[in-house]
Amino acid sequence: MEQGFNRRRFLLSTAGIAGGLALPAAPVFAQGAKKIRVGLMLPYTGTYASLGTAITNGFKLAVDEGGGKLGGREIEYFTVDDESDAAKAPENANKLIKRDNVDVLVGTVHSGVALAMARVARETNTLLIVPNAGADEITGPLCAPNIFRTSFSAWQPSYAMGQVMADRKHKNVVTLAWKYSFGEQSVAGFKEAFEKAGGKVVKEMYLPFPNVEFQPYLTEIAALKPDAVFVFFSGGGAVKFVRDYAAAGLRSSIPLYGPGFVTDGTLEGQGEAAEGMLTTLHYADNLDLPKSKSFKAAYFKAFKMQPDVFAVQGYDAAQLFAAGLAQVNGDVGKRADMIKAMETATIDSPRGAFTLSKAHNPVQDIYLRKVEGKENKFVSVAAKALADPARGCRM
Amino acid sequence: MDFSTFLIQLLNSFQYGLLLFLVASGLTLIFGIMGIINLAHGSFYMMGAYMAFSLTALSGNLLVAIIVGVALSVLIGFLLEWALFSRLYKRDHLDQVLLTYGLILIFEELRSLLVGDDVHGVPIPELLSASIQLSETLSYPVYRLFMSAVCILLAIVMYWLIRHTRLGMMIRAGSSNREMVQALGINIDLIYRIVFGLGVTLAAFAGMLAAPVSSVYPGMGNQVLIICFVVVVIGGVGSVWGALVAALLIGLADTFGKVIAPDYAGLAVYVLMAAVLLWRPEGIFRRI
Repeated sequence: MEQGFNRRRFLLSTAGIAGGLALPAAPVFAQGAKKIRVGLMLPYTGTYASLGTAITNGFKLAVDEGGGKLGGREIEYFTVDDESDAAKAPENANKLIKRDNVDVLVGTVHSGVALAMARVARETNTLLIVPNAGADEITGPLCAPNIFRTSFSAWQPSYAMGQVMADRKHKNVVTLAWKYSFGEQSVAGFKEAFEKAGGKVVKEMYLPFPNVEFQPYLTEIAALKPDAVFVFFSGGGAVKFVRDYAAAGLRSSIPLYGPGFVTDGTLEGQGEAAEGMLTTLHYADNLDLPKSKSFKAAYFKAFKMQPDVFAVQGYDAAQLFAAGLAQVNGDVGKRADMIKAMETATIDSPRGAFTLSKAHNPVQDIYLRKVEGKENKFVSVAAKALADPARGCRM
Repeated sequence: MDFSTFLIQLLNSFQYGLLLFLVASGLTLIFGIMGIINLAHGSFYMMGAYMAFSLTALSGNLLVAIIVGVALSVLIGFLLEWALFSRLYKRDHLDQVLLTYGLILIFEELRSLLVGDDVHGVPIPELLSASIQLSETLSYPVYRLFMSAVCILLAIVMYWLIRHTRLGMMIRAGSSNREMVQALGINIDLIYRIVFGLGVTLAAFAGMLAAPVSSVYPGMGNQVLIICFVVVVIGGVGSVWGALVAALLIGLADTFGKVIAPDYAGLAVYVLMAAVLLWRPEGIFRRI
């Protein structure tokens, strides 16, 4: 007993000495060039896990291409899995901002979570770069000098599709989407362009998110016999809808169109049913641009898989941040100069170079793509340098 | 809506209702007979769909996939009952909810590790891939009609099993008085194990059968879980017959809700549930 007590005391005291020795060493280590703290708040589990990973990979690839540095300074990553859970979003964002003291917050995929992040970013004046979430509000009513987006707004691809479908001589169109904000914003963008070009939306149909029982709607479409159908679904819903649509025999008589999300990352599941479908997005799988090719090669070399549009958006988030840091030589304290440089930067993106609108959303070409053998192949430019109208943004 | 469209919508609702019945019947058995609130029921449905996907990819044949999948599901059902659920019978509902919620998370994570997070499609078997022309623009896939036929067949088999066999008699007895049945020398533990295995298998089978039309994706089980509970509550806890009637009613409410009042389509099913509960608080049918 006595001995054991002694031994424990001995261990405790040596641990104390060791700890004491270690302590003074720590500040010396940290005193080198201070690293830039990057907070990645993305989904790493759940339905959007693969998207979160692609964005992270894209971001890191851009940093690694700069020798592991941005604006001459080393990068330190802090990651939080946002689980695509909007209820946990403010807490998760605050964890990165308050606890980890990040210089920039990068995130996320899910629009609900991104809206919450935008609110936190406004309150705390944190620099936020959104690498995917397309909710119109982020660069609309919620726009702020410190909030940027490197992806798209829901309005953009759908608006471009409205013009495409009018050009293809479709007069009467039925729309179908999930009844939640992204679905409604997609339909609104489409309708705006399509009706401006003289078309008519005969019926707007919605079903509750994430319901996938489409059969009643297909019957309704067959009864209405429109010239074409504009649809928004994504992931599992997009796979099921495109297959159901083909199985109901509607594909041959009533062509189906939609924003690119209907056929992106879903072609494996959709199989033959999606073949030949036209969609619009700011990216295509076979863009004939030098930057696109070099990016694809570098991405494949680093991660042993083909990049998708999400990887591109992550890559561009890092490029945008780098443009700001380069201007101030890595001194994030010079916030105003940094933001100015980001606002005026031209991002050499694998999707084609783009600039930012006043509300900090990409002004970019939207491509018309056609599904051919498990790829979304470039057909034409559907809308040149399309800028989101940023309704409700006062900046 | 003209008459032919109306008839096609009726067919849609009937077909949807029958599939719902197939998923929910397993839940009503486990819930009604064993008194277990099984939140993991949707996970069994998902498990079935993923089995259909991976086994079809391996064997190239949906039928083979379903046969192997059913055998695996029975085994998994027995294992889960033996390892976990048999410890729950004497505990209250909160413990059951806790365990089965945990199972949802475990099943999702296993799915993510084993198959990944991508969306997959399962090809419809060659033999059933045709479709029937219903109107000049709309045709109906034969596979959907085949699904309905299978559901009807299973409903008849279950009715016969529970009403007209010795096992069914023991199951019914066990649900009303566990101790008395045990005192009469019947191995009630075994009966419960069989019922649980049957419930799991029914859910998994529904997932396998639906996989070619529903596609296979993460979180698909959670979508059917809630609607399954609605079926059970409307039909009456533990009543297979009630589950059938309730599922068909929900099919009607959902389909025509979507057509007539698309803005409130999500509500139709719950309005139906509220109305039924006001009329018959214990559900349409009370017992098996």
